[in-house]
Formats: sequence, structure tokens, C-alpha cells
Amino acid sequence: MLKEMLSLLEKNARIEVTDLAALLNTDEKTINDQIKECEEKNVIAGYHTIINWDNANTEIVKAMIAVSATPERDTGYDHIAEIIASYPEVDSLYLVSGKTEFILIINGSTMREIADFVAHRLAPIEGVNNTETMFILKEYKIMGAILNKENGRPERLLMTL
Amino acid sequence: MMIFDELINKQVKAMAPSGIRKFFDIASSKEGVISLGVGEPDFITPYHIREAAMHAIKNGKTFYTANLGLLELRQEICNYYLRRFDLNYSPTDECMVTVGGSEAIDIVLRALLNEGDEVILPTPSYVAYAPIVEMAKGKVIELTMKEESGFKLKREELQKAITDKTKAIVINFPSNPTGGIMEYDDYLELVDLIKENNILVISDEIYAELTYDKKHVSIANIPELKENTIIINGFSKAYSMTGYRIGYILAEKQLIRMFNKIHQYTIMCACTSSQFAAIAAAKNGDKDIEEMYTSFKQRRNYIVKELNRIGLKTHLPEGAFYVFPSIKSTNMTSNEFCEALLDKENLALVPGSAFGKDGEGYVRISYAYSLDEIKQAIERLERFLKSL
Repeated sequence: MLKEMLSLLEKNARIEVTDLAALLNTDEKTINDQIKECEEKNVIAGYHTIINWDNANTEIVKAMIAVSATPERDTGYDHIAEIIASYPEVDSLYLVSGKTEFILIINGSTMREIADFVAHRLAPIEGVNNTETMFILKEYKIMGAILNKENGRPERLLMTL
Repeated sequence: MMIFDELINKQVKAMAPSGIRKFFDIASSKEGVISLGVGEPDFITPYHIREAAMHAIKNGKTFYTANLGLLELRQEICNYYLRRFDLNYSPTDECMVTVGGSEAIDIVLRALLNEGDEVILPTPSYVAYAPIVEMAKGKVIELTMKEESGFKLKREELQKAITDKTKAIVINFPSNPTGGIMEYDDYLELVDLIKENNILVISDEIYAELTYDKKHVSIANIPELKENTIIINGFSKAYSMTGYRIGYILAEKQLIRMFNKIHQYTIMCACTSSQFAAIAAAKNGDKDIEEMYTSFKQRRNYIVKELNRIGLKTHLPEGAFYVFPSIKSTNMTSNEFCEALLDKENLALVPGSAFGKDGEGYVRISYAYSLDEIKQAIERLERFLKSL
């Protein structure tokens, strides 16, 4: 049931506790307790809203940056990751396999701001060898949500057997 | 001016139009109607399945296939039945692909029935069986499945319905419209009756994947009854592929050979691109089934809780995506109830009487809708019940 509850919350962070209880055939107290426990254990790490900024007439600039780094003797990549993650501009950070070590996603209000972040914050970090910045030109899908859907749902007949 | 009336087959003329036709017409003519009357899943077919159909078309794979269907598809269907329901059928001669489960129902009954043969039909039942039996010159013997017994097929009732003219029985578990299921032990009770009377069992298992908290059991899972059983199933409900029209039959090879005779003359083969889509579904679609299953189960829990809250006593059905609550406490017929509901609250449900006389006093509510739609419908239904 926990997994089902988490999947429902992942799809819709605003789902009501009463609805969760009914869908999962349990009571509200159980749901509340589980959510609380998940929050405490950092299983639920946050609740976010997916915003299509283009439609909100707000300019934001996003970039994906590939970072190559040299691991440290005692902490491997974790220490470098901790430093990078502590910058609020960094939206997401992943250690990945492949040519580079990290992929991060960064938000800024202008290209200049992001360039400054790379030049003055990211590149100078000890252990960071190289960065490759890819500015995001258009967003099509974020966290499972397809943006700018042109067609609505295809219609079904009103009644069928 | 020709007088067509005299030219039409008497049986077709006498055939009653389906019980939802009238509601469909009224509902379609009104604005702002919410319907919980649909008998198909609400998911858009998973993309990898749609892609397989497009790929087939792009590559010109648009010729007729073998009458029985693409061998690769039959192999995948047989793998699927073995993998999920522990039943072994041979793809070369015990499996055929049809145009939806609907065609399968038609050709099976036509291939089996002689004039006057009796077909036992446990009701409330899916609406197509009785007219097709009659078109095939058979006689429908209705058998009542009661709410008290979870709308299951009971031995005593079956015994009463059997005569020396009984040829077959049509069963549909999980059931449209009741959501009832049968378990292994339920079928076990029927074995000697079916064996002694040499009855064929036409088992429409289209909702098999929507059996909640239990594994679907086919009557063919009982070893002695496998040879008596003709399984009808399809891709519509399990993978949300209603518009592709792909169904299939699993049965003894002598039977398949006879069904295929009718199929080859009337249909030739099922739609080729849809068959390619079905291969993708059967091969790689188990995960899609799980996701839809979970979502249906959650919505079932939700709607049953809500219906009980607003005063429509409803059991938790164990299969399909319908609930079938009794409306007898309102002292209305199911037709009156649904007409008034549509008129006053713009909410369309299917009257139980559309599923045979044993459906009278019930309504069929489908929960193949989004949570928001279900919520709005419940609101309207609650207001309607209060106004009575």
C-alpha cells in the first residue's frame, strides 16, 4: 500500500487525504501517519509543482551542465557533490555513468547569470576538471507532464456495452 | 417505392434494440451530461503498442494475414495464457485471432448450434449473448445469478436449467455488468454436471486481468473441463485496445477448425496492423496491465466507499470495472431511475434491465473514469437520491 500511496502522491502532490484513504481502502489516520513517517524518513523529500513558465509569461533560463571531476581519496565524489548541491541555483544533481561524472540542472533568470555561475562557482571547485553547458531551448516534458498539449483527450462514446 | 419490411429477416425484425440505445440518444442530445455508462477503459493505448501498429503500416505490412491470424501473434497469445493463467494451448491449431471478442462470440455460437439447441445463459449478463444465440437459431435458457451469492453461478441453478437439449453454457467472469467472479472451488462444484451432460462451456474472459486481489481462474483450469471449454478473450480490456478490435479463441483443435470455416468466409482475417499492435501488447505489455489494474482497483475502492456513503448499498465487486448496486429501495424500475437521473441531474448510468430481466432493480456504474469525473457524478447522484 505504501508504494501505491507514494505513486499517487508522485502523480498529484495535491491529492486530498480523504481521497487517498478511499482509493487505498483505508482510513485517513493511517494515511496521515504514513505521510508523516515518510516525510520524517525523507522518503517524501518535498512537494513540487510543475510549472510551464513559458505559459506564465516569465522568462527563465535553464541549462544542463555536464561536469567531469576527479574523486577524492576518502569521500569519492560525495564531497564535490555536496558542494555543488549546496548552491540554490542547482535544481537537480546526478552522478552518472559515461563520459562525465555529474549532470546538473540549473535555473537562472538570464544566460549571463548561468555563465557567471559556471565561471565563478562551479569551475573553481577543487576536483572539477571540465564543464559543458547545454542551454535548454524548449521543454517538452517535465516529471511525466507533457507541456503544451495541443489536443485534448480523445473522446469515448457516452455509453457503450 | 420498395416495401423493405417484407424483405427483412423475421428474426432480425423481432430483435429488440439494445437497452441502452434510448439512453444513448437522449444523453447525446443534451449538454453537460456526465456519463458513467462506458464499457471501455479510459487509458489511451500504451505508446509502444500504438507504435507497433504505426510501424506495421509504415512498412507496408498491410496485406491479409493467415485466417487464424499471424502465427507470431498466436504464439504470443499462447505464451501469455500459459504465463498468466497456467493454461497450455497450441498456437498452430488451438488458437485463432478474431475481430474482438464480439466476432468470437458470434462464430462460436453459429458453429455449434442447431435449431432448437438450448444455451444456458446466467444473467444478468453482457447484452450480446442472447441475440446472437437466437440469430443462430438456438434457444436461450436464462439462469439467475443472485446478488446474495455474489452473482456467482451456483450448482443448484445450473442443475435446474439443464435439459437433454442443452448444448452449451455461456459464462463471463469477471462479469459485465456485475463485477462478480468465480473461483476454483466455485467451478469445482459444476464439474460432474458439465461432464455428465456433455456441455460445452463458452467462457468469455475478456475482464480476466481485472480480478482484484486474486488470480483469475478460468474454468479450463480444471483439468477435466479443459476439453469442454472454449475460451474467448481479447486485447480490449487488458491493454485498453478497444478500437483495435482484436480478440481470440482458445479451444480444442476440432472446434477451432470449424470456427475458422465461418471466419474465413465472413472475415478473412482480423485487421493486420492491429494484429501487429497486439503482438507488442502480449510480448511487452505485462507492465501496462499492472498499472491499469492498480488504477482500476483504487477507483473501485473509491466509488464503493462513496456509493455506500450516499446511501446506495454496494458490495465491493471482485472484478471488471463496474459496480452493480441495487436501487430497489427507491421503488423505481431501473429504467425509471436512469431516465429520471438523466433528466434531473444530467448523469447517465445504464439500467440493469439492459442485461436481462434479472438485472431489473439494479444499475450498472462504470468506474473507468477519472477521479474528478467520478466525484462529480457522485455529487449528482447524491443530490438525486436526496430529492426522491
